[in-house]
Amino acid sequence: MALIEASIDDRDPRSGHGMWLRVFVQNRLAACGLVIIALITVFCFLGPVVYHTNQVQTDPLNAALGPGAGHPLGTDGVGYDILGRLMLGGQSSLEVGLAAAFLASVWGTAVGAVAGYLGGVVDGLLMRMVDALLAIPSLLLILLLASVFTPSTLMLIVVITFVSWPSTARLVRGDALSLRSRDYVLAAKVVGADGPRIILRHIVPNSIGTIVVQTTFEIANAILLLAALSFLGLGVPPPAANWGGMLTDGLNYIQVGYWWLIYPAGTAIVLTVIAFNFVGDALRDALEVRLQRR
Amino acid sequence: MPDLLVVKDLKTHIRMRHSTVEAVDGLSLTIKAGETVGLVGESGSGKSMTGMSIMRLLPPGGHRAGGTIALEGRDISAVSEREMRRIRGNDIAMVFQDPMTSLNPTMSIGEQIAESVRVHRGASATQGMERAADVLALVGMPKPKERLEAYPHQLSGGLRQRVVIAMALACEPRLLIADEPTTALDVTIQSQILDLLDDLKSRLNMAMLLITHDMGVIARCADRTMVMYAGRIVESADTPTVFRHMHHPYTQALLASIPDLDTDRNDVLYSIPGLPPDLSRPHQHACRFAPRCRFAQDLCRQEEPTLLAHDRNHEVACFFPVAGLFSTSGSADARRDWARPSGGAGDAPVAADQPLLVLDHVVKAFPITAGVLQRRVGSVKAVSDVSFSVSKGDTFGLVGESGCGKTTLGRLIVALEKPDSGSVRFGQDELSAMRGRLLRRKRRDVQLMFQDPYASLDPRMRISSTLREPLAVQHIGSRHDQDERMSQALSDVGLAPRSLGLYPHEFSGGQRQRIGLARALSLEPQLIVADEPVSALDASIQSQVLNLMRRLQNEKGLTYVLISHDLSVVRYLANRIGVMYLGKLIEIGTADDVYGAPAHPYTHGLLSAVPVADPMFARRKGVAIMGDLPSAVDPPSGCRFRTRCPRAAELCATTEPPLRPFGVSSHLAACHFPLETPLQPAAAGVSTDSPFLERRHPDHVNED
Repeated sequence: MALIEASIDDRDPRSGHGMWLRVFVQNRLAACGLVIIALITVFCFLGPVVYHTNQVQTDPLNAALGPGAGHPLGTDGVGYDILGRLMLGGQSSLEVGLAAAFLASVWGTAVGAVAGYLGGVVDGLLMRMVDALLAIPSLLLILLLASVFTPSTLMLIVVITFVSWPSTARLVRGDALSLRSRDYVLAAKVVGADGPRIILRHIVPNSIGTIVVQTTFEIANAILLLAALSFLGLGVPPPAANWGGMLTDGLNYIQVGYWWLIYPAGTAIVLTVIAFNFVGDALRDALEVRLQRR
Repeated sequence: MPDLLVVKDLKTHIRMRHSTVEAVDGLSLTIKAGETVGLVGESGSGKSMTGMSIMRLLPPGGHRAGGTIALEGRDISAVSEREMRRIRGNDIAMVFQDPMTSLNPTMSIGEQIAESVRVHRGASATQGMERAADVLALVGMPKPKERLEAYPHQLSGGLRQRVVIAMALACEPRLLIADEPTTALDVTIQSQILDLLDDLKSRLNMAMLLITHDMGVIARCADRTMVMYAGRIVESADTPTVFRHMHHPYTQALLASIPDLDTDRNDVLYSIPGLPPDLSRPHQHACRFAPRCRFAQDLCRQEEPTLLAHDRNHEVACFFPVAGLFSTSGSADARRDWARPSGGAGDAPVAADQPLLVLDHVVKAFPITAGVLQRRVGSVKAVSDVSFSVSKGDTFGLVGESGCGKTTLGRLIVALEKPDSGSVRFGQDELSAMRGRLLRRKRRDVQLMFQDPYASLDPRMRISSTLREPLAVQHIGSRHDQDERMSQALSDVGLAPRSLGLYPHEFSGGQRQRIGLARALSLEPQLIVADEPVSALDASIQSQVLNLMRRLQNEKGLTYVLISHDLSVVRYLANRIGVMYLGKLIEIGTADDVYGAPAHPYTHGLLSAVPVADPMFARRKGVAIMGDLPSAVDPPSGCRFRTRCPRAAELCATTEPPLRPFGVSSHLAACHFPLETPLQPAAAGVSTDSPFLERRHPDHVNED
């Protein structure tokens, strides 16, 4: 039939299953980021198996030693081996960072999408709540919460989630506001789709770029918040460790030039944050189906 | 006359990330002083890139890969950027498509016009403003001196385009490049702007390169026409020759695929199969149109034809030129046997039928709020007291300018909006009173087809998910049944089954519109509201979609409500037509009555403003509708059309005219001084109730 277009015949019939993975892998920076994250994870969680150190008892006699035999990265102010402590601290930093960022994104997305899609009174109420939370400095809020509850890893995740979700909600709500008037959302309404379906099938997938990028920022943010809490003594008490705590401990010695107390933890934080940002950036591109070429 | 602009063998390439698009490939054109040359082609044919190449305003990655451009014998393709800046706006000026984006919203229009005079002529601020007032008067801006201080957002679309033209004229350029100057405007405004361009050209002895996709605009304005296809000129001749005695099969097919106001509705439109070639792929030595050409032979696929003089001043790039207009009679290629049988529903609505859709005094206004407290300061009266009914199997066309409320009315019918008062009845149910689960179920019967086929498909969903959604939402069938219905819907609209796994961006505009139609069809609705279904598509694709809509209607007994500003499209599909103006239905009747003997002056003006793809007809000056559409926030008293009506009298300002019957077949119009004689003279101040519902459907009224 002359009227039928047969021009799609030359397309790849395998279509795009796993296409986003291919796009993702093609991105050099993303691969880099993934490798860094993998290395850091292995270092933190498998490192202690090979490299045994005592991270429970302090050792004042060997405090603040520079890098050398026995202590490749030196020891800190109370005699903990820095390399071993980096592994231990990385465990809690990664756990808290990932978990808090994930929870904050899920909750923030839910609130933002509902508020943006429904609009009106619901939107007004939810967004005033977000405004209120954003208006209080997060550190103040977190201090308040951390001083009320007994610090534990789980508790810290909850507390950091609580202060992180509003910014995600705000961003997703903005997306949802513009998405809800798109023709394809109207089309879904016309076929009889209800609110939850539209939110889950149309609004959230189309703001995934925002959500993913925001999540990677939240990971970095959570790691830094954890650091701030430890600095103020509201983190999990010693001998538990995290990178931020190590960094802030090291700051006490910055005047005397004990660089090994700062650089290792600092580098670890910066590397992790950058790696997650690379991955987030590439994820956003990979999930953008319109950029997929075949 | 001397040659003003000579372009020789222009090649423009655009570097993309992974490929190079050869947007213009060996184009030559000559424009004489005072001449209007029309460059016509589908989107992606390289016509805009030609204009941009001449102006040297190519997008990032674009560059001139070869050829020369000479203005009055001087090669301007080699001059420095600094020199080029002196030429732009001074010797060659440009008018762009969208007047909103081509004006700076933070500068007053006076300053913007004065800018080019100050830059090129070194005029002082006062001199610049004086010149600005002069050119504004020249382009027919009412009260030009007072408008100098106005900002673009304070002007209507038509006036804005006048400002853009005034800016281009400020330095009296010798060549004006107008790139789709009227595409973003309504027909009534379009005809005003085209008249203006014509008038200016003759008064200023300025040459014009008119770039457009609209054959009607070309027919009306151009002295000479060049038809572009896939980066090359395929035919070039005097405008009447191109339209009447064309030799290239593409020109012939393009013209045959455009419905005009006289097209027999029982005809199937000719449509060009396939899609234009992808210019980023290296092309073989072959005619670029060959894959879509009815006359292609082996030679066409082996060698590329060059543009050769055929007759005097008539150049064609084709090995097997055709002779003149496409003759539709008896051509088996053009007419399919599934064409609507003559004497069928297309001619007379079956009056005994119970109406499928009834709109009864529907009113919808959108509040305008201001301030923090969302105080209500007024309302946009989008739809004011509209009543009509549509019988099963009918196509009801709704026409009017943008802002007349036709889209809102469409949304009211599919229950995306609720009327403020009045009711929308579908069959036995009052759609406007239904809500929740009941309404969601009822939605199966009434579906919507969108204007922009890309925006109406979720970019993150594969076609399979998009087509499955209606079925899943309505809990229809098992997964296997759904799969079957999806492939059925796809084959109904003529797409390959493998489309299911693809994403919307992998399709062309026409294919996407087919997918939109497949989605609407998957619930087997009785009524489809099609809101500008083809206005985002190219002419050759338009006819494919129109034919498809026609065929599906016949196969499935669909009823359409067709909303469009394109009167030819409505004329082609619809058998009954309603004309809307500023929220009011001002004329309604069968297509033949409304188009053949319009009673309302607005309908008449609208019809004569439609650009017709025929140079003989197009140059005939019609009764133009003057001025702009008034605001729907504060519509004129009495007859809403009176501010633009040539026949308006005092009565029109005081009393709103009721709809009254003309002729026999329920042809109604709301006018005190109609162009046709009404059946009974209306007394001033009679009720505005439409007698139409009662007259036409006594059965239905009795039931209520």
